[in-house]
Amino acid sequence: MTINTINESLDDAATDDHHDHKMTGIKRWLYTTNHKDIGTLYLWFAFIMLLTGGALAMVIRAELFQPGLQIVEPDFFNQLTTVHGLIMVFGAIMPAFTGFANWMLPMMIGAPDMALPRMNNWSFWILPFAFAILLSSFFMESGAPNFGWTFYAPLSTTYSNGSTAFFVFAVHIMGISSIMGAINIVVTIMNLRAPGMTYMKMPLFVWTFFITAYLLIAVMPVLGGVVTMLLTDTYFGTSFFDAAGGGDPVMFQHIFWFFGHPEVYIMILPAFGIVSTIIPAFARKKLFGYSSMVYATASIALLSFIVWAHHMFTTGMPLFGELFFMYCTMLIAVPTGVKVFNWVATMWRGSMTFETPMLFSIAFVILFTIGGFSGLMLALTPVDFQYHDTYFVVAHFHYVLVTGSLFSIYAGAYFWLPKWTGHMYSETLARWHFWCSLISVNLLFFPMHFLGLAGMPRRIPDYALQFADFNKWVSIGGFAFGLSQLMFLAVVIKCIKGGKKAPAKPWDGAEGLEWTVESPAPYHTFSTPPKVD
Amino acid sequence: MTTKEYESYYVPSQSHWPIIGAIALFMIAVGAANYVTDIKNETSGYGGYLLLAGIGLVIYMLFGWFNNVINESMTGKYSHQMDNSFRQGMSWFIFSEVMFFAAFFGALLYVRTFAVPWLGGAGNNVETGAVLWPEFTANWPLLKTPDGTETTSMGWFGLPLINTVLLLTSSITAHFAHISLEQNKRPQLKAWLGVTILLGLAFLFFQVLEYSHGYSDEMQLYLTSGIYGNTFYMLTGFHGMHVTLGCVMLIVMFFRILKGHFTPESHFAFQAASWYWHFVDVVWVILFVFVYIL
Repeated sequence: MTINTINESLDDAATDDHHDHKMTGIKRWLYTTNHKDIGTLYLWFAFIMLLTGGALAMVIRAELFQPGLQIVEPDFFNQLTTVHGLIMVFGAIMPAFTGFANWMLPMMIGAPDMALPRMNNWSFWILPFAFAILLSSFFMESGAPNFGWTFYAPLSTTYSNGSTAFFVFAVHIMGISSIMGAINIVVTIMNLRAPGMTYMKMPLFVWTFFITAYLLIAVMPVLGGVVTMLLTDTYFGTSFFDAAGGGDPVMFQHIFWFFGHPEVYIMILPAFGIVSTIIPAFARKKLFGYSSMVYATASIALLSFIVWAHHMFTTGMPLFGELFFMYCTMLIAVPTGVKVFNWVATMWRGSMTFETPMLFSIAFVILFTIGGFSGLMLALTPVDFQYHDTYFVVAHFHYVLVTGSLFSIYAGAYFWLPKWTGHMYSETLARWHFWCSLISVNLLFFPMHFLGLAGMPRRIPDYALQFADFNKWVSIGGFAFGLSQLMFLAVVIKCIKGGKKAPAKPWDGAEGLEWTVESPAPYHTFSTPPKVD
Repeated sequence: MTTKEYESYYVPSQSHWPIIGAIALFMIAVGAANYVTDIKNETSGYGGYLLLAGIGLVIYMLFGWFNNVINESMTGKYSHQMDNSFRQGMSWFIFSEVMFFAAFFGALLYVRTFAVPWLGGAGNNVETGAVLWPEFTANWPLLKTPDGTETTSMGWFGLPLINTVLLLTSSITAHFAHISLEQNKRPQLKAWLGVTILLGLAFLFFQVLEYSHGYSDEMQLYLTSGIYGNTFYMLTGFHGMHVTLGCVMLIVMFFRILKGHFTPESHFAFQAASWYWHFVDVVWVILFVFVYIL
């Protein structure tokens, strides 16, 4: 894609102060309609949530450091795993990607801002309130939700504690936030692309967020529906998930996973977009198979709607159901394989350099593939009966979510930090962050595969003696990984405060409209759209 | 596409409405959570007041926010492209609403096709049926639940049929109103829109009447009457809430038309309200078929 900016207003935007109705102090952030401000808010919020959820995980790992109960009561342990999951999924990974979308999409497609800027602000500011409600339940008499982030009935209905209503309404307003954010992304991409930027000329990053936003609009309302049924079952005497009234607890799982499986891809498709942007930049080659990447992303998204019951192989589904969901799930390996092949092919014979964004991206490709393969193992119905609800599952989804999604977020953050702050980050400290994270994360999650295969169940505060050694190493890995993330905080703060001045395009292989504006990006970019050939 | 239409995309400056909206949603969530907890524990608290205050704040926010938007629109700040953004935004919002109803229709179809027959011993569940609830027979509507709660079913003839006719008619009159607006026939526009609103209100009236029949001692069809009552009240209830919201939108449009807003070329808000109205109509038709008739 050659980019030919015919307008002079790019330089204007920087000098032209009457565009900058930037307030100062707290009001700037509360009232802002600027996509860069809102992107920054999302990213900081996500990072704070990452540390919060990480702190909960550290308590979990401390309890599991050795067999027996040492630190927390079993009920509180359940609260920790539940809130850890909810925070990481809805508070850390999703908002971080929305932050990227806000910052980068308008710049990448040559738009002046998001299509609906005020609604954009509303989407963000709902989130801190929603998580305040969720976290406040720790301080309630009944304690926080303790039924797992998947809140299966009847744990979340008949046997739930007194804070369930707070959980339900917190999820409701999170859902409202996500739907509005997703509508904004879809409309921005459909309607605000610069003249000449046809769909198949959009950067792959834009494509992945486009498809992810559709997934969100389609499934977040279903999550709203299922928590509503849970609410009425718990508080108003309905029996959607109670066989005594003609309902079915397994129906909960069907509706939940109809949301939940696309949700999994909501957390990984944007990661594909980020990595597909970074690898070509540091391999100094065009992305191999751009259009196949687009079609693969779309296929994964479509398939995600017909595979949900692979989370439920052990619920006693009819045989036809087991087979259907097994085959459909394995089909997803095809487009995913196309992606991995294309990333490798992009690097093949490229003039590669290994700055931190590239390191995280390469680690992403390898470790996400491991997570993908263990997913394929879980997709096989007969063996899933063995793996189900063990640490093997925990290992699998942490490989795709931590070394997958989270690593891509770090890759993207390092890649665009110069554009965001106007300074180069400290490469030395960043490499320390990368290598410490890489080693500790594998120490943390890799032994979990063995624990799971040997039969250690997930979501328990205590375990049989034979699992003790592996658990000790896992916990050490966990503490090391958690502490390593503070290095990232240090890198970012240093980078904001100062550092080598970043040029408009600090990576010589990078492509895209965002590199045509100076660093840091002016408060308003592309007030008049650039022309794309 | 000409470059001109790209040049004038309006980016609003700071606005305090979104943060007010976020605080309002916070109040609604905390208020509602406290309120339902109090109901369950039979205690009293401040939850209900907080909920009402939150709803009040949302209404205040919507007035202020839409007031800004309308002013910007009337003073010509919006381009054709902005109009597209609004239209696409509304379409995807309606799609998300469709998916919300899909969750409840999915539940209805699941219990009818799988859960209830399985409880009665269908498939490979003969033992389950015999051991857990040997007395239970599976049929739909489920008038006697496995634990013995009994109820009666709501027929489709009578009020539901009248309501179907009312709502279908209102969709047609809403369309006539739209045509009148596009042809700039203001008196017809007001008349058709007025008729649409009246039909909508009549629908709501009959819906309330139907609920009072359901809750009578004679029918004993309650929200808690097993899965039939659950799906019946949740589906018709959420639909009724959407009709109420649709009515409010149409009434606002009516007053805006009286004030002389909208032109044949530019009438996004009216269009959006009308789309929404057609949407609640379509949901009703599906609901009438699967909840009442079949």
